[in-house]
Amino acid sequence: MTTDTASAPPQPRSGAERSPLRKLFSGSAGRSIGLVVALLVICVAGAVSGGDRFVDFGNVITILSQASIIGVVAIGMTFVITAGGIDLSVGSVLGLTTIVGSLTAVQAVAADSSWLVMVLLALLVGLGVGLVNGVVIAYGNVVAFMATLAMLVGARGLAELVGERRTFVVSDPGFKAFFRGDLFGVPVLVIMFALVAIGGWFLLNRTTFGRRTVAIGGNREAARLAGVNVKRHLVAVYALAGLTAGIAGVMMMARTNSGTSTHGLLYELDAIAMVVIGGTLLIGGRGTIMGTVLGVLIFSTLTNVFTLNNLSTSVQAVVKGVIIVVAVLLQQRFAKRT
Amino acid sequence: MRGLSKAFAGVRALRGVDFDVLPGEVHCLLGQNGAGKSTLIKTLAGAHRPDGGELLWEGEPVEIGSTTAAIELGIGTMYQELDVVDGLTVAENIFLGHERSTGGVLHRRASAKAASELLARLGHRELSPHAEVGDLSPAGKQIVSMARALSHDVKLIIMDEPSAVLDSEEVANLFRVVEQLTAQGIAVVYISHRLEEIRRIGDRITVLKDGASTASGLPVAETPTPELIRLMTGRSVANVFPPAAPVAPDAPVLLEAEGLALRGVFEGVDLSVRAGEVVGLAGLVGSGRSEILETIYGARKSTAGTVKVDGRVLRPGSVDAAVRAGVGLSPEERKSQGLILDEPIFRNVTLSSFARFARGGLLDERTERRVAREQIDALELRPADPDRSARTLSGGNQQKILLARWLVHGTKVLLLDEPSRGVDVGARAEIYALIRRLAEAGTAILVVSSEIEEVLGLADRVHVIADGRVLTERDASDLTEHDVLDLVLKGTAA
Repeated sequence: MTTDTASAPPQPRSGAERSPLRKLFSGSAGRSIGLVVALLVICVAGAVSGGDRFVDFGNVITILSQASIIGVVAIGMTFVITAGGIDLSVGSVLGLTTIVGSLTAVQAVAADSSWLVMVLLALLVGLGVGLVNGVVIAYGNVVAFMATLAMLVGARGLAELVGERRTFVVSDPGFKAFFRGDLFGVPVLVIMFALVAIGGWFLLNRTTFGRRTVAIGGNREAARLAGVNVKRHLVAVYALAGLTAGIAGVMMMARTNSGTSTHGLLYELDAIAMVVIGGTLLIGGRGTIMGTVLGVLIFSTLTNVFTLNNLSTSVQAVVKGVIIVVAVLLQQRFAKRT
Repeated sequence: MRGLSKAFAGVRALRGVDFDVLPGEVHCLLGQNGAGKSTLIKTLAGAHRPDGGELLWEGEPVEIGSTTAAIELGIGTMYQELDVVDGLTVAENIFLGHERSTGGVLHRRASAKAASELLARLGHRELSPHAEVGDLSPAGKQIVSMARALSHDVKLIIMDEPSAVLDSEEVANLFRVVEQLTAQGIAVVYISHRLEEIRRIGDRITVLKDGASTASGLPVAETPTPELIRLMTGRSVANVFPPAAPVAPDAPVLLEAEGLALRGVFEGVDLSVRAGEVVGLAGLVGSGRSEILETIYGARKSTAGTVKVDGRVLRPGSVDAAVRAGVGLSPEERKSQGLILDEPIFRNVTLSSFARFARGGLLDERTERRVAREQIDALELRPADPDRSARTLSGGNQQKILLARWLVHGTKVLLLDEPSRGVDVGARAEIYALIRRLAEAGTAILVVSSEIEEVLGLADRVHVIADGRVLTERDASDLTEHDVLDLVLKGTAA
């Protein structure tokens, strides 16, 4: 130690030393400010180009409805990525849950008892697949990317097998009445997304589960040495992602009135993109539900603006790609600074 | 609580460690880098399982199967750096794994308050429980780590070089806390390189060398320093150093560094190496030795000073420029930084020069194999099969691959970081002879090793380094291992 530091008391570089503005922007709320600005810019662009068609309560509800299903998947994905993992299987799992939830036999049972059977089965399948993912990754020491890639292929195939490549029409009146309804003009699906988001925020920020998820993603060895059961926790995290895929499956059955193996195609990629744009670090250790919600809204608003302006889906895809790259570049700059 | 004792035998990095810790005492563990201190404490903390031996806790044999089990017994551990999560706050880190909560819902205010109290007890009220740990200085992280260990109900607390990142005032503070703990009957296992610290707070000392305890439970006050140094270093028969031919005084200076600095790591480093000369850097882990090599090589960008190879200044921070000028590095972490483990030997040997064997962009593997075969024969690399993957080789033979790589490339300046790490005793002498032969062929060699004996035996001249500064530069024959340790221990404590 040199003598000049010996006289100074230990000075943590805490918030007090930073400029207030910098502190604001480096806080978790502050990181979302950029996203809010981006969302506002897109909204202004929408209002200018789409006029009344964009600034319409009905259109806002459309945007939120489109956001709700992928949004629920993205909330689950936020936990997986925060823990330093990845789940490529969520789209396939979503498809599988819609099949299981709407099978003719299941609907027959539901008709005799309650439509809750359909919901419960879909959720259980999602949870079960997530558990398998988690066990293979945590206890089998298989890289998450490969384990869930295998599940992406396998679950889709299983959905085709179980459903015999058919599309099942959801006919249960109770199911439809509940999930296709609305509350004060807000569709139930949007309310479900909101509830999952709020629940996810609470779980990540206010519970031991969330705290340990961040710790494992930030420094797995440190978490282990601190006495966290890392493997068991990871199983729970992947199970959670599977469960959210199941919830999204139920929502998909409601929105499309059908169950088919192609539901949720490529949802995993959209969800990952939304999570990362939201500011959750892809290497783990830092996750934000607020950011993910904003990421989801940015994507769906953008899609809406493009559709109102009759831009082709190809153009949309290119722009989305550019946005993803720019978002990740910005994130890396941030990561370097800290 | 009555006396605790622990004994081990046969853990991979540990071969027979015996020592016992009494309540309320400060038991110091002393040993050179790689002596097994870290492995030992990780075993006590439940992070590693011992392969043999016996562990007694309060007179009862116990098995510590997990970190949680260690914590439940009452063993708290402060690791050197590993154990904080940068993305979490101070309070979150302190209570990680045993969060204050009801039904999984966190009590954030209560844990912030408890964290504040712990920090106050440690004399660090200025640390906010809400500060993010990634923003703290190393000293700050150390304090968080200690608060974490104390947040459990501990009977034994293990401190792995707690003073390494602290300045003198903070060390005084640390000692005050240690005294408080021992006054409460808590036992402390204290690991440090600094003898004079051990003299100040230690009650008894156990010395480790090569994974075994060479002395156990020596009373601090009655053991003279030379005796401790002798126990730490021992005498190993393995190091057979070839005689060094005198370097011609008019031999050209191939490598020259002037005022080289890397902010926060080292500064004002001047050194020069002539053709045919072996220069050694001696110092402890963290003294900046490896960083000096990496900066010369361009893997780190210097913040001041210049590096000249054969009289020409190298562009800072460019490995490419260094390699083109004829500099080669054999890195410390051979497996992760040096070799492509699953590739065959010959591709590893030609890695830096395969373009030379290519014609019109097409690789000429036949020539590559032939060149590699020549090296295999010259260096007596075993197994002598150019197609064998590098992973299957012993440490000594892997080291030979790296030397062969630079021989093929025609390196003028060779930087060797820990050339004998992981190399078994028999192969060491071969590696040493090889290094000498390279020097005699006109290569300038700069070598870093945590084994002081190795640096002294191998080098013509030695720079002794502590805390990123060169303490002295002398002919290797004018220094003994004792001198170097003495210099380093004094230098770091200053």
